[in-house]
Amino acid sequence: MVKKTAYLGLFSAIAIIFGYVESLLPIFIGIPGIKLGLANLAILFLLERYSFREAAMVSVIRILVIGFLFGNMFSIIYSLSGAALSLACMTFMKAKTDFSPIGISVVGGVTHNIGQLLAAMLIVKNGSLIYYAPALLIFGVITGVLIGLLTTEILRRLPSKYTSDATKKGITNDH
Amino acid sequence: MKKKELIFIAVILLLAVLLWGGMQITKNRSSATIRITVDGKEYGIYSLNKDQTIHIGDTNVCEIKNGLATMTDASCPDHLCMYQGSIGEKGGLIVCLPNKVVIEGVKAVSSDQASDGVDTVS
Repeated sequence: MVKKTAYLGLFSAIAIIFGYVESLLPIFIGIPGIKLGLANLAILFLLERYSFREAAMVSVIRILVIGFLFGNMFSIIYSLSGAALSLACMTFMKAKTDFSPIGISVVGGVTHNIGQLLAAMLIVKNGSLIYYAPALLIFGVITGVLIGLLTTEILRRLPSKYTSDATKKGITNDH
Repeated sequence: MKKKELIFIAVILLLAVLLWGGMQITKNRSSATIRITVDGKEYGIYSLNKDQTIHIGDTNVCEIKNGLATMTDASCPDHLCMYQGSIGEKGGLIVCLPNKVVIEGVKAVSSDQASDGVDTVS
């Protein structure tokens, strides 16, 4: 358990730092909610290397810490709704298809944006926000591919023998 | 990437394009007025032809100048709505999420209602 616990802590820290770095980047093209989604790098890695449980834990920790440090109640609600839908869809697609991390990442990026858009529509009680949907879909794909490529490299360069506790026979076990 | 993933990505992009195209077709050709909504309730309809400054509650300020509506002030910390550009004849949308304010370009409801820019708050 030791290695895994240490890595979960490490990835929580990375996800929080990514969230902070992203809050420093200016938003581009004037559409609220467009971000690189750097934090999904950590979440996607955990989902691929371990399972839904680990990814969900780190995701919730990240959102609460980032929300209380830099955001407000609204940003926590938006983040949570996006992250919840995103993680649920990524887990589903990972179980039901043979998508590579890139495909899973695109699923995550797109559904994260959809989740936030739905939350925003509910909060401002205005359906015309659907106006942003095409741009959010396209940017979800772009950022999803970028994050997926990065995650593939990290998965390759960080072999599971480092991130998982080996059994007595030396066989790595993810759980 | 596998072929299936590329098809999946293509489907999403196609969906985005279709959605965008659909909105372009259904969109009103000219949005001579803007509608301001707060918390789902209509706050008022204003003409773009008349330069004016609209105080939306005490949280946001919208300015109409030269046929363009821009959010010039907002009480929220991030001021995202102020960077969302302006609404002109081509329509558009400005959203202030924290204050639940939405400004959208709409077709003139009726010329006399919109022309004087009197707010329709009841």
